[in-house]
Amino acid sequence: MTKANTYAELMQLPDDRGHFGPYGGRFVSETLSYALEELEATYKKLSADPDFQAEFDKDLAHYVGRPSPLYHAERWSRMLGGAQIYLKREDLNHTGAHKVNNTIGQALLAKYTGKPRVIAETGAGQHGVATATVAARLGLECEIYMGAEDVRRQALNVYRMKLLGAKVNAVESGSRTLKDAMNEAMRDWVTNVDSTFYIIGTVAGPHPYPQLVRDFNSVIGREAREQSLTQTGRLPDALVACVGGGSNAMGLFYPFLADEAVAMYGVEAAGDGLDSGRHAAPLCKGSPGVLHGNRTYLMQNHDGQIIETHSVSAGLDYPGVGPEHAYLKDAGRVNYVAAEDEEVLSAFRELTRVEGIMPALESSHALAYGRKLAQSMSPDQQIIINLSGRGDKDIHTVAGIDGITV
Amino acid sequence: MSRIEQKFAQLNEQGKKALIPYITGGDPEPGYTVGFMHALVEAGADMIELGIPFSDPMADGEVIQKAHERSLAAGTTLEGILEMVAEFRQTNQDTPVVLMGYLNPIEYMGYANFAQKAKTAGVDGLLTVDLPPEEADDVVPLLKEAGIDTIFLIAPTTTPARAAKIASHASGYLYYVSIKGVTGSATLDTQAVAEKTAELRQLTSVPVAVGFGIRDGASAAAISQVSDGAIVGSVLVNKIAALAQTPEQIPAALAETLNEMRTAMDA
Ligand SMILES: Cc1ncc(COP(=O)(O)O)c(C=O)c1O
Repeated sequence: MTKANTYAELMQLPDDRGHFGPYGGRFVSETLSYALEELEATYKKLSADPDFQAEFDKDLAHYVGRPSPLYHAERWSRMLGGAQIYLKREDLNHTGAHKVNNTIGQALLAKYTGKPRVIAETGAGQHGVATATVAARLGLECEIYMGAEDVRRQALNVYRMKLLGAKVNAVESGSRTLKDAMNEAMRDWVTNVDSTFYIIGTVAGPHPYPQLVRDFNSVIGREAREQSLTQTGRLPDALVACVGGGSNAMGLFYPFLADEAVAMYGVEAAGDGLDSGRHAAPLCKGSPGVLHGNRTYLMQNHDGQIIETHSVSAGLDYPGVGPEHAYLKDAGRVNYVAAEDEEVLSAFRELTRVEGIMPALESSHALAYGRKLAQSMSPDQQIIINLSGRGDKDIHTVAGIDGITV
Repeated sequence: MSRIEQKFAQLNEQGKKALIPYITGGDPEPGYTVGFMHALVEAGADMIELGIPFSDPMADGEVIQKAHERSLAAGTTLEGILEMVAEFRQTNQDTPVVLMGYLNPIEYMGYANFAQKAKTAGVDGLLTVDLPPEEADDVVPLLKEAGIDTIFLIAPTTTPARAAKIASHASGYLYYVSIKGVTGSATLDTQAVAEKTAELRQLTSVPVAVGFGIRDGASAAAISQVSDGAIVGSVLVNKIAALAQTPEQIPAALAETLNEMRTAMDA
C-alpha cells in the first residue's frame, strides 16, 4: 500500500459504527440510542438524495452567501516576508462564522424528520446564533444552552439569540462553560427526545454527529481547494485552522486529506501557556477518554475527571475535541499545535490594522500560528488560514483587556 | 452463582421483590459512605447501587449532579469508592454492591485494572450509564472473568429487537429506566412500565429492576408489583443533601425513607 493510498483511506472514515480507529463511537445512555439510530438512518438516506443536496446547496448560496472568498492577504504576507497567506473568509457568512454551514444542514434534517423543536449548546454563541437563525427561518421552537460564564463574555450574541426568538438558558453547573452547556443540552434531549432535534455545533458528540457536522462544513475545504487551483494554479503548501471541537478545521481539512503534499495544522488554545495548566489543548496535552458520547482526547486528571479549561476565546474553551482529530493526530496526518492568549490578541490586532479584517478570537488562534508558519516559509509558498468567524462578538472582551468599557 | 443471582433467587423463594437504594459514594464526604450503606441494609435494602462521582454526570438531574459535586469536592476518587466497598465487605458478605457511574473514570483506571481491583474489593456488578452493549466488547469479558455482572439499561425508547440484544449481553439484572429523562425528574406511569416489563419477561430470564421516579412507599409498591425490584435514588440523595451539614443524622433519615418503602412493598 502506497502512502497516497493510506491518505485516501483517511477519507473513508468513520466505519459503520461511527469509529475513527479507537475514537468516536456512541457512548450514550440508552434512552438516546433510538434517536441516534434514527438520525443515522435519516442522514444516510438524505445525504445520498440529490434533492436534499440541492436544497442544501441552494441555502448555502442564497441564504449563507457562499461561496466565501479565498482572499489573498497581500499586505500582511509582504509584511511578514514569508509564505503568501490566503484567508478563507467564513467570517463573511450570514451570522458571521462557519457554524451556519452546519446548522443549515441539520435544520434541513430536522425539517425532514418533522421535529418541531430544536436545541443546541453554544460556547462563543456563534453556534447558538446560527441555530436560532435557522430555527426562525423554519418556524421551529428553539432553546439554547450556554454556560453562565460564556453568557457573561458573549453578551452580544445572547441578545442576538433572544431577538431571533430563542430561549437562552444560562447553565450554572460545573465550570459554567461549553462542556456544561453540552451536558445540559443532552439532559434536555433525553427528556424531550420525541419532539426535539439536537443540533450539535461541532464535530463531537455521539455518532453520527461527528460525521454529519464534518460533511456539512466540508464545503469550506471543497471551495478552498477549487479556489486555490483557479486563483493560484496549484494547491496550497499548508492549511491552518483553529480547533475547539474542531468543526471549522475538519471542514477545511477533510477535502484535502488525500493531498499528500498539503501540510495541515490544527491550532488549539494554549491559554496562559501549555505548561501553565491553564489552557484548552486536549490534543497537545490531554489523553484519550470518553466524554459527550465519544472517545477522544480529553483534559482530565489522575482520576478520569474532566478538568477546567482556560482560553480567552469562549468557542475554544472545551476539554474535548472531535474524534476524527484524535485519529488524524495519531495517524500523523495533521500537526496539532497551540497558540497562547497573548499571541492570539496580538494577531487579532495585527490583522485588523494591516488588512482591515477583524477576526473572531477563535480564528485569531489560527492567525497567530499561521503568522509564525508563514514566516518560516518562503514567499513562493502559500498557505490557507481558515478565518472561521468575525470579531464583532469579541469587541467587549478585547476592550475589557484594554481597560475600556464599551 | 453470583451474589446478585443468589439474592434474586432468595427473594423469589420468599415471594419478595428487591429494594435497591442508590447513593453517591463519598457524598457528602468519603468517610460517611460505609455507615450509610450499613444503615440502608438494616432498613431493608436487598442490594446497593453505589454511585461513582463524575465531573460531567450527563444523565443525572440536579439532585444527583449536586451529590457528584459534593463528593468530588470532598476528594472522592474511584480508588476511594473501591476502598469503601472493601470496608463494607468486612462486615457484610451478603448484600450485593453494584457500582454505578460513567465510563471515563473506569476507562482511565484501565478496564483490566478496574476489574481486578473491583473483584478484590467485593464489587458484584457494574452499571455504566454511557456504555451501551455495542461499545462494551472490551470490558464485559474482563468483568465476567472477575465474576462481576454487567448491568445494562433499557429505556422506554428501546425497540424490542434492541432490547433482545441488550438482554443477551446482560447479567445480574436489567435496569429499566421508567421515564424519558434524567434522574429525579417526572413521575411514574406504572401502567406503561407494566407493559414494558411484561415485554422484557418474554425476552429474558434476567430479573428486571425499575428505576427513575420512585419516591415513596406507594410508588415502590406499585413498581414491585410489575417488576423484580425497585431502585430508588434521588429521594435518598435529597435527604443527604438536606443534612449535609449534620451528617450524623443522615443514617436515620435514610432508614426512615427506606423502611417506608420496604413495608409498603412487603405488604
Ligand atoms: C468563529 C469560531 N471559530 C471557531 C470556533 C470553534 O469551533 P470549532 O472548533 O468546532 O470550529 C467557534 C466556536 O464557537 C467560533 O465561533
